[in-house]
Formats: sequence, structure tokens, C-alpha cells
Amino acid sequence: MVMSWIWTGIVGISILFAIINGSGGTLASAIMQGAQAGVTLGVSMAGSICLWSGAAAVMEAAGITGMLSAFLKPLMNRVFPSTRTDTILSQKLSANICANFLGLGNAATPMGIQAARRLKQDDTATDELCRLIVLNTASIQLLPTNVAAVRSALGCQSPFDILPAVWVTSFLSAGLGVTAAWLLGKVWKP
Amino acid sequence: MTDYIVPLVLFLSMALALGKKENAYDHMLCGAAEGLRLIVSILPALILLLSAVHMLQASGAAEEISRLLSPVFARFGIPPETALLVLVRPLSGSAALAVGADLMARYGVDSAVGRTAAVMLGSTETTFYTISVYFGAAGIQKTRYTIPAALFADFVGFFMASWTVRLFFPA
Repeated sequence: MVMSWIWTGIVGISILFAIINGSGGTLASAIMQGAQAGVTLGVSMAGSICLWSGAAAVMEAAGITGMLSAFLKPLMNRVFPSTRTDTILSQKLSANICANFLGLGNAATPMGIQAARRLKQDDTATDELCRLIVLNTASIQLLPTNVAAVRSALGCQSPFDILPAVWVTSFLSAGLGVTAAWLLGKVWKP
Repeated sequence: MTDYIVPLVLFLSMALALGKKENAYDHMLCGAAEGLRLIVSILPALILLLSAVHMLQASGAAEEISRLLSPVFARFGIPPETALLVLVRPLSGSAALAVGADLMARYGVDSAVGRTAAVMLGSTETTFYTISVYFGAAGIQKTRYTIPAALFADFVGFFMASWTVRLFFPA
């Protein structure tokens, strides 16, 4: 429903501005050009997306997810103290975080939801549940493969040269987001 | 350095999977098929949304939005050209992909604006969608401070994306 409003709103605003600027001609041709650009982009992205989904499946089979979660355990115990006593929660949470790390959004969500259900007590979000969701909205990705696919589809020679920038940015945004949640949790009691 | 990350990641994951006596190629094939399904599922939205984004650009509305928001963006050192991306990123993943791809095509994949758009896309998530999925599935009514904290994380992401691109790719 939200998308219906957004799409209609965009078209309405465009018509309004085209009338003000007298750019009706370019507006009309832009509709078809945009649709064509969507097809071109989607098809040119297909190669990298398939390759990386394949690589992610291999990483999971190779046990890289397990290694990552062992590495992350000390940090996880601090952010989510309940994982110290609840082993199932600990498994679901680390699977969620590791799938996010590898850019497996589809695998991350079911695990995250199962963790959220275990963290929930009543209809009010607990501090740990808030932190889990902030961590998932902040997205830490080691290999941002979808963006790299867009870049190489548009002719970029080294689509992964943004890796250091993405790492610094996503670690800081996730870290500061969880810190903000932790601080807010001290003052914003249920 | 970064040139070797991708080939090495591919080789090491295959070698590790082989070491575990897994049929690594089969796993890769299944994953690639999954990737193709992903493309098919996002393609219709990508087409419709790029159509809308091109209309917004052609009518001059996108430029006007950037112009209106540029004093705020300039204060934080975020390129005003990315205003539209910043606005739609928390709301819709496919719309953000369409706007981001349009920015990269328009300004160039290796331009400061194109790179900033790429880093923004790569290090943030569709915040409101994620929040509604999680709270909906867990049956939570009172979300307390989740939305402000998540939006703060997004803001840090947009701010740091602009900053790190300037740091790693000086003009």
C-alpha cells in the first residue's frame, strides 16, 4: 500500500514540475527510457547476482558461517546478555548476524524473527529486542554484492573498490546505532 | 589489494567446502539458481520504479528536491545530489536501488556522487520495512525507542558514506 502512494505521488509531482518548467516533452520520453533502463540494469546485474548467490551458498556449506559466529561470540554475549543462558537463542542470533555479514538477506530474516520471538515477553519491545532490530536495520555486510552488481552493470572496472568505505561506514552505523539504543534504553523505560 | 579480495574469497570458499567433502559446485549451482529467482522477483519493481525516477529527473523535480535540501546536506558534508536516495532508502529497498543506480549512471560509477550512492546503498537497510517485518512477526505493539535509534544508525550511515568516500577516494 505504501508503494502505491509513493509511486502515484512521484508521478503526480513530476507532472506538476513538468508543467511549471515546461518540460512536458522530456517527461513523456523519460517514462519509456526509465522502463528500458530498468530492464537493462536488471539483465546486466543478473550475472553478478547469480555468481554471488552461488558463492554465498558455498560459504555456508564450507562452514564459514560457523567460524564467523565463534569469532563474534564474545561481542554477542555483551550486546545480548540472554544468549549466555539460552543456547537456542544464541544459535538463532549468530545465524542471523552471520547471514547479514555474508549478504544473505533471505536467510537472515527467518533466523532473526525466530530470535525476536524468543526475546519477546509481552507486547512491549525489550531492550535486547530493540537492539536486535537496530542491528538488522543498520546492516553490516562484508561483501555488498548487490551494489557491486549494479556498479559492474554500469561499466565499473573495479566494483569492489568501495569495500573499505563500506566496512568503515557500516561498522560505525551499526555500532553507534546499538550504542544509541543502549543509551535510550536507560532513560526510555517501558 | 582489493583486486585480490574477490578471486580469493571465491577460491577459499570453494577450497574449504571441498575440504569438508561437500559437493561445492552443486551448492554454487543451487545458489546461482536462487540468484536468478531474486533477479526475476525484483525486475518488475525495478522497471516501474526506474520509470518513476526518470520522470522525477526529467520534470526537474529531483533537482528541486536536492536544491531545497542542500543547505541541510551541506552542513553535514553529504552531497545534495543524493537527497532523493537518502529520502527513499529507509522506505523501500527496490526504490532505493533504482534511485541509486540512476545516480551512478548519471554522475558516473567512479564519481564522488556515484561512489557515495553505492556506499550508502551497501551500508544501510530498508529500515521501516525491517522494523515492520520483525515487530509484526513477533507481535510487538509498543516499539519504544527502536525507530529513533534505527534512524540514527541510518543517519550515521549516510554521513559516514560521504565522509569515507572523500577519505578513500580524494578528488
